[in-house]
Amino acid sequence: MTPTQSTLAAVETTVMTYAEAIREALALAMAADPAVFLMGEDVGTYGGAFGVTGELMHTVGADRIRDTTISELGIVGLGVGAAMTGMRPIVEIQFSDFTAQAMDQIANQAAKIHFMLGGAVNVPMVIRAPGGSGTGAAAQHSQSLEAWFVHVPGLKVVMPATADDAKGLLLAAIDDPNPVMFLEHKLLYKTTGDVSVGNARIPLGVAAVRRQGTDLTIIATGIEVSRSMEAAEELAKIGISAMVVDPRTLKPLDTDTILRTVKATGRVLLVQEAVRTLGFMSEISAIIAESDAFTHLRAPIKRLAGLDIPIPYAPKLERAAVPQVEDIVRAATDLVREW
Amino acid sequence: MKQIAVDPELSVSVLRTMWKIRRFEEAVEDLYGRGLMHGTMHLSIGQEAVPTAACLALNIDDYITSTHRGHGHCIAKGADMERMMAELLAKETGYCRGRGGSMHIADTATGNLGANGIVAGGIPIAAGAALSAKMRGTKQVAVSFHGDGAMGEGAWHEGVILAAMWQLPVVFLCENNMYGMSMPAAAAFNLEKLSDRAKGYGIPGVTVDGNDIQAVYEATQEAVDRARDGGGPTFIEAKTYRWRGHSKSDKNLYRTREEIEEWRLRDPIPKFEDIVRAAGTLTDDDLEAIRTNVRTELRTAVQRANAAPDATADDLLSAVYAR
Repeated sequence: MTPTQSTLAAVETTVMTYAEAIREALALAMAADPAVFLMGEDVGTYGGAFGVTGELMHTVGADRIRDTTISELGIVGLGVGAAMTGMRPIVEIQFSDFTAQAMDQIANQAAKIHFMLGGAVNVPMVIRAPGGSGTGAAAQHSQSLEAWFVHVPGLKVVMPATADDAKGLLLAAIDDPNPVMFLEHKLLYKTTGDVSVGNARIPLGVAAVRRQGTDLTIIATGIEVSRSMEAAEELAKIGISAMVVDPRTLKPLDTDTILRTVKATGRVLLVQEAVRTLGFMSEISAIIAESDAFTHLRAPIKRLAGLDIPIPYAPKLERAAVPQVEDIVRAATDLVREW
Repeated sequence: MKQIAVDPELSVSVLRTMWKIRRFEEAVEDLYGRGLMHGTMHLSIGQEAVPTAACLALNIDDYITSTHRGHGHCIAKGADMERMMAELLAKETGYCRGRGGSMHIADTATGNLGANGIVAGGIPIAAGAALSAKMRGTKQVAVSFHGDGAMGEGAWHEGVILAAMWQLPVVFLCENNMYGMSMPAAAAFNLEKLSDRAKGYGIPGVTVDGNDIQAVYEATQEAVDRARDGGGPTFIEAKTYRWRGHSKSDKNLYRTREEIEEWRLRDPIPKFEDIVRAAGTLTDDDLEAIRTNVRTELRTAVQRANAAPDATADDLLSAVYAR
């Protein structure tokens, strides 16, 4: 993975996995602030369903890494109450699909309390939840639900696509005085990347231009960022120069970078894993269409997204449900060749 | 354990609080009826003894979470009636600057983490505040006021489970006012007493007469002491009655006029006045002075709230996120 913009300056880095990067951010945040703690299902001795917390409980203690009952609504609710009273809780939801169990506390409580109470109270909490397909876990363990959360004013929504971003954005999310949905991707946990040493934050609301290009701009989120980078390599071999942009945070959204990079190439391909209808890329499409970037377009805005279906189990079916590298290559090629 | 009715200072405090709640809600009802108040309201008239007595067992920095029927909790914990009224009258000086209304008043200065428009929404939040207190080592206690209806919600179950597992300093105080909107608690829950459920969660449970100041106080004080001493959560059922409808849409089709009348005779305010008068703690003149003072305070609160500037829409977009 090429370095993100924020790491282009000479920053010392080390290679680690996306999961290790998250764990390091957790450890750093807990070392820096006694108010930071994490709770969730099987995060302690077990080390997390995806091994993210690992052995952290053994170093920070069972008071700071709290194993809970299987009670997503309760866990998030306790997080809200703790956040309102001086703590900085991080809640791990084992699969982002299970946020459906916790939705009242996320959407009606955490998101609204600051506004609804006239600004008297803040809810500084992070809800970490892995999403995405590709593991054969089928329809209730594979969704990409970011649009649900973006649709609730009061939540911030973060989708780290690299190990470095996972660390830097998580540190920023923990610092934030608002509830932040931190949507990790299960397929990324074991991927490795250069991760900045130390506790530098990556500010929420700053997109990363992953690759420069001149023929089209690919805007992608989550797992589709690395797929788009792979696709860009393929495209280069056939003479198509693709710029790749990763918004990194959906709320707040770096509209300036999106519009600037779209204007630069005049063609835009929007790629998301989530289902197509009213997905986040629909919003980006509308933002582009409503802006002066519209007049720079040489081609219609093109969306590439998951099919409007629940994620199926069988490997071939699951693969067909969401955009793969070859789909991105094909869509980008069509966009450039036809327009 | 304090004997409230023989202590003049406490007796005055209890009566002042109950009258404040009663008069505040009567004023709300009147303003609403005359078209001078917007939105909806849920009145707790008839239930005043529960929050009044329960809050006697709490310190100012102890936490409460409240419900859609929350004016009583708010006042009993120490909130300012003028700012409450200003909120209901959609004024900039209201507790929520006109953004929350009756169902979302909080007063962090008195430990009130807020009323809640979602039934049982405050249960896990109170447990979370208790977790926070325990982790910070402050000895604060949280009380979650909720109705009988909340006991049908998953949030109740999950909040109590986690509080019991971690032995958190929290009291789940159910104001059983006999109906969850129109559903009778007696029909909804196959239990003789709602406190029978506590055993299933591994916590102590007790049922008391919610219109009896001393009984509610003693049950709460015992639960709060246990919580503060590290003994974990307690469930209290305080049986009381909602005189008014659930909200403005209620036609009282699910209960009889006789039943309402019967409970009016058990009005907790004159009941407590009779007790302190009989005990010789306060005289008729004292009692009348309390009523007069509260009436004057409330009138001033309404006048001042009315005179305040309307809530402004100018900075709504920048009010969504904390900075």
